[in-house]
Amino acid sequence: MNIYVLLKKTFDTEEKIAVTNGEIDSDGVEYIINPYDEYAVEEAIKQRDAHGGEVTVVTVGDEDSEKQLRTALAMGADKAVLINTEDDLEDGDQFTTAKILEAYLEDKEADLILAGNVAIDEASGQVGPRLAERLGIACVTTITGLEIDGDLAKIDKDVEGDVEKLEVNLPLLVTCQQGLNDPRYPSLPGIMKAKKKPLEELEIDDLDLEEDDLEPKTKTVDIFLPPEKEAGRVLEGEIADQVKELVSLLRNEKKVL
Amino acid sequence: MDFELSKEQTMIRKMVRDFAENVIKPRTVEIDTQAKFPLDIFKQMGELGLMGIPFPEEYGGSGGDTLSYAVAVEEIGRVCGSTGLSYAANVSLGASPIYYFGTEEQKQHFLKPIAQGKVLASFGLTEPNAGSDAGGTKTTAILQNDEYVINGEKCFITNANYADTITVTAVTGKRPDGKNIISAILVPANTKGLKITSPYDKMGVRGSDTAEIILDNVHVPKENLLGDPEKGFKQFLYTLDGGRISIAALGLGIAQASLEKALAYAKERSQFGKSIANFQAIQFKLADMAMEVELARNMVYKAAWLKDHNKPFTKEAAYAKLFATETATRAANQAIQIHGGYGYMREYEVERYLRDAKLLEIGEGTSEVQRMVIARQLGC
Repeated sequence: MNIYVLLKKTFDTEEKIAVTNGEIDSDGVEYIINPYDEYAVEEAIKQRDAHGGEVTVVTVGDEDSEKQLRTALAMGADKAVLINTEDDLEDGDQFTTAKILEAYLEDKEADLILAGNVAIDEASGQVGPRLAERLGIACVTTITGLEIDGDLAKIDKDVEGDVEKLEVNLPLLVTCQQGLNDPRYPSLPGIMKAKKKPLEELEIDDLDLEEDDLEPKTKTVDIFLPPEKEAGRVLEGEIADQVKELVSLLRNEKKVL
Repeated sequence: MDFELSKEQTMIRKMVRDFAENVIKPRTVEIDTQAKFPLDIFKQMGELGLMGIPFPEEYGGSGGDTLSYAVAVEEIGRVCGSTGLSYAANVSLGASPIYYFGTEEQKQHFLKPIAQGKVLASFGLTEPNAGSDAGGTKTTAILQNDEYVINGEKCFITNANYADTITVTAVTGKRPDGKNIISAILVPANTKGLKITSPYDKMGVRGSDTAEIILDNVHVPKENLLGDPEKGFKQFLYTLDGGRISIAALGLGIAQASLEKALAYAKERSQFGKSIANFQAIQFKLADMAMEVELARNMVYKAAWLKDHNKPFTKEAAYAKLFATETATRAANQAIQIHGGYGYMREYEVERYLRDAKLLEIGEGTSEVQRMVIARQLGC
């Protein structure tokens, strides 16, 4: 099976977000594989081990994205592709990324493409479905189970806590939800082998794309942190009095009742 | 000069940290209070290839280097001193001497399963009357009909209750000058006449296994002799040099943990109407801790780097071991002080750091022995 994984690097979940001059400050920040994309990498490796074939991990990013790709290779992926847009693109959005990935994947005859459900930074969840649409293949989002039998994929899809069971023909794009699997740690031999695995670097030129084709469809108007939470107020006294006071506060002061 | 870890070393740090945080950390309190060796954790560490970091693939290793291994010990020590100690002892003392001095056959037979993480191994050097004075070894091995017959007693041996193979040092003869010839011999733990018990109730590193070994007419084939029969003493000095880097890395991990806990608590704890991190008395403690941790890290990594580049590292390994382990004790002690009364309570875990750190100033060469080694290297 010809399997592709779409991977994005995101801020480490431990990082504090700081905004300077209307932009998110990324100086000295540690990056990780987007946690949902880790489910995608794990699932790709499992499906390959069960059905044979090859797992290629693809990212649209910059020079530093190599670290996350190497981690995916250390987990067990076979090949990695870095589409480096650092020098060519000032800006990009989900449209940009999906279009670049389409250009890369259109002649690859992928049987299965896996992506994360959302990236934990911008959380749009759009790149996967947009790409499937552009490639003209089926797409199932937020999957929590995947069984492949020949050309048929039997899928559990998370629907706000319930499970929807689907059967879909390959080729197929899925986005992976928490609960699908338990991503492995890259093993020591895996880490050492990863440096010998192929990592191809491409620029948009190599995909016959130009900056104008990739102009983002959205515009960022403002970036700001949520307002700091104000200190709460603890009511005291008998329960009945507290309830009365609470109702009065909600009605008169906050005017929500 | 380049102070950056390589991509692989960075990935190893991240992987070991994730594993330590997710798998070991939830168990550290139980490992300490119940003094229970976490065999299942060692099994998982073996599967991840951690036991074979500094050994080549042909012997079941991962083909990494000493620096990667030191980083791994540091990260495990950061969450659990007991697990860190048993890990360091297994690789540096259990596996390494076989890798350094073993024949091809011994490496295939004994080293491979250790490096692959399938079994654990121990190094039986210390005796009741041969601690810092390792030359005072009393255990004997007499060659009879192509077999060594070993008699004696070993104490404070890490991991021996769980080991498959124990490298035992024993007197095998006398040199013309009357001094004992000490050799190292590989003894399978299930050999008849070998009795392994754990009579100890330790102050710290309580979850790390520590054993007493009685050897009563233990017969092993003469092929189990490790390395040069005349140079057993030199061999274990070299082994201990390497081991020191890992104990230094373990001290570094505990010191780092002490700093992190103390800093977090200082920011959170409020007295006199503000966070105690605003008080200079606390700030100076934290500044000293942070500085010493970083200095220890530089020394540990340098000693590892020297070893990886086949340069002499005896003196630097002693510097690293001495400074990093004493830093661990100081940092843990100050972490308790910054926590005040809460720090004295087990619940806050910093008291465990101090109990664990103290062992590191004693095991694998006391601080005093490190100073002796350094002085000797200076030509005294």
